Amino acid sequence: MNFLARLFQMISKEKSKETAKKRLQLVLIHDRADISPEMMENLRRDLIGVISNYLDIEEEKIELDFSKEERSVALVANIPVKSVKRRTERRAEPA
Amino acid sequence: MDPRIIVVTSGKGGVGKTTTTANLAVALAKAGYKTAAVDGDIGLRNLDVVLGLENRIVFNLVDVVEGACKLQKAMVRDKRVENLFLLPAAQTRTKDAVSADQMLKLCDELRENFDITLIDSPAGIEQGFRNAAIGADEAIVVTTPEVSAVRDADRIIGMLESMSKSPIRLVLNRLRPAMVKSGDMIDVKDVLDILAIELIGVIPDDTSVVISTNKGEPLTLGDESLAAKAFSNVARRILGEEVPLLDLDAPDQKGFFGFLRKALGL
Repeated sequence: MNFLARLFQMISKEKSKETAKKRLQLVLIHDRADISPEMMENLRRDLIGVISNYLDIEEEKIELDFSKEERSVALVANIPVKSVKRRTERRAEPA
Repeated sequence: MDPRIIVVTSGKGGVGKTTTTANLAVALAKAGYKTAAVDGDIGLRNLDVVLGLENRIVFNLVDVVEGACKLQKAMVRDKRVENLFLLPAAQTRTKDAVSADQMLKLCDELRENFDITLIDSPAGIEQGFRNAAIGADEAIVVTTPEVSAVRDADRIIGMLESMSKSPIRLVLNRLRPAMVKSGDMIDVKDVLDILAIELIGVIPDDTSVVISTNKGEPLTLGDESLAAKAFSNVARRILGEEVPLLDLDAPDQKGFFGFLRKALGL
């Protein structure tokens, strides 16, 4: 590798090794959980549907992803709440 | 020592399963253990050419499981190393020629006749892999420091775990220390963090590997290269020795002039 390329690499933010590692970690979380992006989208939609029955949430700010430890995976959702619906509202709905 | 059967596998093709199997088999035989190298890749046999024994094959694995010949008769004895035997795969048959039950029976017979059996698995996660792994006690997973290979290794490790293979240990093949240093190759530590399994060796990327395959002479027969040493060390670890990892930095990168050369990228 020539000197200039090296210099450029030193200044540039991220080494390709870090990119590779991050991409791998992400792809493996999905592999291990065996969840496709499509399934993830459906899960997100259903979650919003259920939660909206109880809470007023900011749909566009929802963060839904997996976090991993060793070989186990957790689903982590960060759902900003705008307001809590009044109880009577819910009870008033037909059964 | 109880007889051991170890499957060498990877998921992805072309990462060095067969080279690893051949070199480990030679090193284990040289250490005095009666060793069988079994080519589990029915229809795409390669272990014979990597070991340099392709001209001596008469019978193969399928002949044995079908009862067409005795195991001893099909085993090709390596004349260069005492204790080393190859059970070649069939070349003109497909993976369906062997069933899981037949492989289990074959492994029982191998246990009776050999101290250590290494089974070279085909790439993939289908029946061919399953057949190669089913009769094994332990597994060695070979991967390279590339996103695709590590991903496939992860998948295979999951399958080996569900098949209760233990231990499952990792060979990281074709590492290029200079690239790791410059931040352009995933490091040993990264791979171990991601895969969370025990490491049994790191093999540097080495031109001597290509040359040895050209000749059909595994490096562990007597080569002086770093890769040869690394493979020998893996064999010693298989045998329970504690061997520290090699310092893979090429000699020309050490010392003051090495530092200068690296700094200037020469």
